[in-house]
Amino acid sequence: MQFALLIYHRPEEFGMRKNDYNDPHLGAWRAYYKALVEAGVYVGANALEVPETATTVRLREAKRSVQDGPFAETKEQLGGFIILELPSVDAALEWAARCPGASIGAVEVRPLAPEAMRRGFTG
Amino acid sequence: MNGSSQEDTHRTVERVARESYGRLVAYLSSHTRDVASAQDALSNALVSALTTWPRDGVPQNPEAWLLTTARHSFVDLVRHQQVAEASEPTLMLLRRDSAEMNLSLEFPDERLKLLFVCAHPAIDPAMHTPLMLQTVLGLDAARIAHAFLVSPATMGQRLVRAKTKIRDGGIQFEVPEERELPQRLDAVLEAIYAAFGIAWDDLAGVDQRGRDLSEEAIWLGRVLKELMRGEAEVRGLLALMLHCEARRRARRAPDGRYIPLSEQDPQQWSRSLIEEAECHLAEASGRRPAGRFQLEAAIQSVHAERARSGRTEWAAIMVFYERLMHISPTLGTRTGYAAAVGEANGPEAGLAVLDGIDPNDVSGYQPYWAVRAHLLQQLRKTSEAADAFDRAIGLAEDPAVRQFLLQRRG
Repeated sequence: MQFALLIYHRPEEFGMRKNDYNDPHLGAWRAYYKALVEAGVYVGANALEVPETATTVRLREAKRSVQDGPFAETKEQLGGFIILELPSVDAALEWAARCPGASIGAVEVRPLAPEAMRRGFTG
Repeated sequence: MNGSSQEDTHRTVERVARESYGRLVAYLSSHTRDVASAQDALSNALVSALTTWPRDGVPQNPEAWLLTTARHSFVDLVRHQQVAEASEPTLMLLRRDSAEMNLSLEFPDERLKLLFVCAHPAIDPAMHTPLMLQTVLGLDAARIAHAFLVSPATMGQRLVRAKTKIRDGGIQFEVPEERELPQRLDAVLEAIYAAFGIAWDDLAGVDQRGRDLSEEAIWLGRVLKELMRGEAEVRGLLALMLHCEARRRARRAPDGRYIPLSEQDPQQWSRSLIEEAECHLAEASGRRPAGRFQLEAAIQSVHAERARSGRTEWAAIMVFYERLMHISPTLGTRTGYAAAVGEANGPEAGLAVLDGIDPNDVSGYQPYWAVRAHLLQQLRKTSEAADAFDRAIGLAEDPAVRQFLLQRRG
């Protein structure tokens, strides 16, 4: 069963994301990633750019609307996601609790839609 | 009635609820096995106490008042819930109880039976602790869910399912016979210890799960000790929990930094809790052979000795772990043993113990990697140590522990 861990950051956490390889903040994430891979549960992951870089598009009554910024103006914004293969939601919550993002922002755990439905999307 | 005495009444209700909850639920459900209805009935009685007591004054025997009120509510609940015919035996039992009840304000303490029911082999072992916390202590499902890292809705459903099984699954409210007792008692002790949550309290690894419930676990341990004064393992468990609890404050620096056991200031340990733990351990130690909890408590007792002697007798700890390995070779025991061997006989010997553990068992077990990293670092195997540190960091849940390990890793 596959689960998405959706990682929500607070503004200050986006600010902490640097590309310095020796940054301890990055070290925690790197170690977490390693633990996921070694435990054989890792499927995929990615980080998103800061929310200010987002542009949101809507079509209403054939009219385009383009908005600067993310879909919702909330304090915590999606910062990245991880897809895991796990036997149960209990196991997914356990990995979510270990995620470095959980102690500052929040981690939302959601099962992926059933595979048949996903295949319907992707062909 | 003025505000402050209303507050007093509120506090009285809370105190009576805290002290009597398990006794009342156990007694109300011991014949019917309907724990859920007993809890509902008691909730109704507590609500009604909050409105009646401020008006009429706190009754002379608050517990008996709650029992009588809860029993009326219980009869109504059972009558409403079940088809009349099916509930007739239950109602008869309740009526019979009522008749007996009027003769005396005393009622038997059935909590021991309830504890054995909660840890019954027919109940999913993962639910033993949540059931105890809810039925004996009256904790709500949401709080239990937080501690066990389960969604509150899921925990609620699992508790309901478990209670249905108790009612309909033929689980008897009884203290197991002598032949069965050691195994059944072990399940009860395990469940209480799981609420305490510190599976292993050493070096860099701290299992945080359930730590919010440590007070509740000690309370349960004390209740069990009162009910089974002759059982050495019960005292062993209580001693173990009290020793760990004694060090709670010392595990964090004022700025929130994590402090491992070896670096804790013994002055910060609670002397009174240590003394209490030692009393229980002494009481238990007359009996042979020592069980798992007594041995684990003995290990913690050696650690506590540092407050007096200024040093840790690792050789003694190693010996206790060796005996523990014979009766309970869990992953936690083996990891703790490796750490003790590492301290007593050098890091290479400790590492050899760790190498004896199946790698498939440890991919998610944080303390193993923390000990491994510590031993490799002592051997100056820098890159292997860094790898092990990463695993320990990646599996850590407590940000303070994560930070501590990141610093150690360098």
